[in-house]
Amino acid sequence: MTAPSSLPRQVLIWAAIFVIACVLPSLFRSGFLVSVLSQIAIMAVFALSYNMLLGQTGLLSFGHAVYYGLGAFATIHLLNGLGKSATPLLVALLPLGGGAAGLVAGLILGRMTTKKAGTTFAMISLGIAELMFATTPIFPSVFGGDGGFAGNRMAGKGSFLGLTWGPQIEIYWLVLFWAFVSAGLMFALTQTPLGRVANAVRDNPERAEFIGYDTRQVRYRMLVLSGLFAGIAGGLSALNYEIVTVDMLNAHTSGSVLLMTYTGGIGHFFGPVLGAAMITLMQTLVGGLTHAWLLYFGLFFLFMVAFAPGGMASVLSRQSALVKAGLWRCLLPHYALAAAPAALACLGAVGLIEMAYALLAGHDAASFMGTSIRLHTLLPWLGAASVLIGGIAGLKWVIGGMSDAWHQALSQLQGGKP
Amino acid sequence: MTASVPALCISGLRKSFGASEIIRGIDLDIAKGERHAIIGPNGAGKSTLFHLISARLAATSGTIALKGEPVTGLKPFEINRKGLSRSFQITNIFHSLSVFENLRSAVLWSLGYKYSFWHRLSVLRDAKERAEHVMCDIGLQNRRDTAAGILSYAEQRALEIGITIAGGADVILLDEPTAGMSHSETDEAVALIRRVTENKTLVMVEHDMGVVFGLADRISVLVYGQVIATDTPQAIRANPLVQEAYLGTTPVSGNAS
Amino acid sequence: MDFVVITLLNSVAYGLLLFMLSSGLTLIFSMMGVLNFAHASFYMLGAYFAYQISTWSGFWLGLLLAPLLVGGVGMLVEWHGLRHVRRFGHVAELLFTFGLAIVFEELVPLIWGKASVPYAVPAQLEGALFSLHGAAFPIYKGFMMAMSLGMLAALYGVLTRTRIGLIIQASLTKPDMVEALGHNVPRITMLLFGGGTALAGLAGVIGGNAFVTEPSMAASVGFIVFVIVVVGGLGSLGGAFLASLLIGALQTFSVTLDVTLQQVLTLIGLSLPADTNLARVSLVQLGPVLPYLLMVAILILRPRGLMGVRES
Ligand SMILES: Nc1ncnc2c1ncn2[C@@H]1O[C@H](COP(=O)(O)OP(=O)(O)OP(=O)(O)O)[C@@H](O)[C@H]1O
Ligand SMILES: [Mg+2]
Repeated sequence: MTAPSSLPRQVLIWAAIFVIACVLPSLFRSGFLVSVLSQIAIMAVFALSYNMLLGQTGLLSFGHAVYYGLGAFATIHLLNGLGKSATPLLVALLPLGGGAAGLVAGLILGRMTTKKAGTTFAMISLGIAELMFATTPIFPSVFGGDGGFAGNRMAGKGSFLGLTWGPQIEIYWLVLFWAFVSAGLMFALTQTPLGRVANAVRDNPERAEFIGYDTRQVRYRMLVLSGLFAGIAGGLSALNYEIVTVDMLNAHTSGSVLLMTYTGGIGHFFGPVLGAAMITLMQTLVGGLTHAWLLYFGLFFLFMVAFAPGGMASVLSRQSALVKAGLWRCLLPHYALAAAPAALACLGAVGLIEMAYALLAGHDAASFMGTSIRLHTLLPWLGAASVLIGGIAGLKWVIGGMSDAWHQALSQLQGGKP
Repeated sequence: MTASVPALCISGLRKSFGASEIIRGIDLDIAKGERHAIIGPNGAGKSTLFHLISARLAATSGTIALKGEPVTGLKPFEINRKGLSRSFQITNIFHSLSVFENLRSAVLWSLGYKYSFWHRLSVLRDAKERAEHVMCDIGLQNRRDTAAGILSYAEQRALEIGITIAGGADVILLDEPTAGMSHSETDEAVALIRRVTENKTLVMVEHDMGVVFGLADRISVLVYGQVIATDTPQAIRANPLVQEAYLGTTPVSGNAS
Repeated sequence: MDFVVITLLNSVAYGLLLFMLSSGLTLIFSMMGVLNFAHASFYMLGAYFAYQISTWSGFWLGLLLAPLLVGGVGMLVEWHGLRHVRRFGHVAELLFTFGLAIVFEELVPLIWGKASVPYAVPAQLEGALFSLHGAAFPIYKGFMMAMSLGMLAALYGVLTRTRIGLIIQASLTKPDMVEALGHNVPRITMLLFGGGTALAGLAGVIGGNAFVTEPSMAASVGFIVFVIVVVGGLGSLGGAFLASLLIGALQTFSVTLDVTLQQVLTLIGLSLPADTNLARVSLVQLGPVLPYLLMVAILILRPRGLMGVRES
């Protein structure tokens, strides 16, 4: 899982991401696209920082939003504190203030959380995050109550390299710059003694103590550094949206970064980036189409946990290894065979869910491919249900053959290695 | 001056789990450079003794001194930093790291890199060389990039020893290093142990009498939580107490070499 | 004084309800080694099932059927979901229950709407059981207490007196051994998961109408239940009992006592700078914070919890 993928491949991925991130907004001059890309870049940093804990050190946190949120609040307070003297150059450096806040929070909170790993860590991170969130109403001057704090990134005069941070595209370049710096540093960290020993502690904390390492210190340092990068992500978000609310440090935010990181893949460095992109896109695209997006997302997440615990990144790298070994040809027919019933099952499920949501919203009819469906009759429900059941039955029918072929291919793949 | 200080000095060591006392008063001195074997029936408390020495478990009473320095109450990593390293009876490795990364992790502390996040691993020549050296020693150079979790049993046992010795500790504790190995594998393991513990103090728990009599300078017999005899292999072989403890079965003849 | 007695009774009723939830969670944790994030969702399901049944044929049938239905759903979840995820390790299992909680939270409003449903206390149980100088103690609270105590007795009886209970107790500590003796541990796990979720369902049936039956009820009680099992000590039923009563009292008293932090601190001889916000903070405001404060303090000072035997 951590077997080093060859260096050229890593370089290739970095380059690909860089090109995509730079070319897309230049090709399509769409404000919507740019704001989505900004969001993805921010979330990618946040998720990468989360994976320093989950994927690299084996710490399952339910409270990572604390560092993100504190970073955002620190940044917005700095921005407002600077007021008119917030020149574009200073504004550009503000995310570092967010990072510092995350770092300090990590230094303090980490003392309490990192004594133990496992369930204790999970629970104490949850407890501290909830405690923090529950206390925010008591300190309105820090957290701004329900409305949060707004800021203005253009309060100062002048420009920096011709940039004023006014247009969304300019702030996108700033976000992208910090995202690449952060990601680069986090990647470099995986190639240092601390990064490697964190992996060892994740794999086997007991043995790590017998090669001279205090596992608590390893966890602590990783948590502090991860707090730093989460704080930077929070700072970027503060600059990007110019508003910070307490929602940024609640359990929901902690939950989403966990979901992003996990579905992206915790065993690969770029997994969290993939997860951040995928889920932000889902959120904006699917979320724009249907109110049921969270439900779809929950189901998708369950599916990933049950069938692809390595996340999307591991699915992709498996497939690409199979393609490279020329084994994909034996699998392709099976994939094709499974695609039809899988599509049917999805169609049935989506139909049921959408009709239910339409009903919930008080509609009597829904339209599907141009025809209007009367929701108060039994027929559409029976139809959708039978499509779903038919799809599942079909899947059951073909899945045996597919899994046999899959295992055969895998064993060939492993056998073929030196 | 230091020649007289034993590498390991155990006195009055006791350990109870609840009401049952497993280690019942052990006194044992192991000299520097000695190769010492601990034998005894299953459940005698050999592994527990190792756990106490390496601080995986805390003793109920008694003291342990490492190279003249008391180490009672220290944490495992502190004892390791003082130059004692141990292996485990049940393989205890970093299963998702590659063989090479397992070994490199094991050398990092002793080379002084500690918790550094400002060194790049790939430029640390000394760590790389030492890890590769150990990797050749344990014969796993062909499995360099294989994840430790999917190695064969014998390979994992070899890696277990490799991780133990990689840090350069001068007191080495090996808990049943050859358990479950075939004849030829055992012979290789013995040669390996002999090679890598040159000029070091070795304490070894072992059931294979061929290995024990082939390697050890002295042998302690642990029965029911007590050392009933400590002596040279010849004397142990002749000791009536030991023969009785092993129910009349005389130790195997013929040394493995 | 009377007010204190009534509040105390209220807090015991609430604490016992919490225990019904946390006992199921504790049993499941002991058996599977995994905290069930969806546990409070089963509590919510219990309330909604009971409401649905009560619209057809009244409260009492719901009281009987809803927990069984919830237990059935729980067993299905274990059988078709968790069991397959187990081979990927505890984190995957935990995340699976996390995902389940999301799905349930979305499915429930899909079926019953986003607003709260009118799940009411049955007419027979309305009114005051007794009153002390004008402060009344409702019959329904008494009924809740009786149900919880009855359940507690039944649980105790099942665990200590029946064959299956003994097997469960044995599998809690040594599942391999129990399996070697020829018992079907997967089936026992499924039954236990069903049982634990049925308990949560029962808590929902009798708690849903005492409080409010709405889609957010799972989230609001979910964290509290975690706090309880952690404070009590993961895997300890006795600890969960103690912590349930403690948290129940903490929450009930903090919302009914109208005092400020300053006033509380004066009692123990401390004072805050009068001009800060902190001095004006009332206990009602602090109420939601207290359980988490307790949990964090326990985790730092005594990670085993009040009565826990193992540190996870
Ligand atoms: N944590 C523990 N709690 C209770 N009893 C224990 C514990 N660890 C070991 N024991 C008991 O202590 C005794 C000695 O165990 P130990 O593992 O030291 O034996 P050993 O001599 O290494 O045996 P073997 O040759 O089988 O490895 C055994 O009876 C074992 O059951
Ligand atoms: Mg042993």
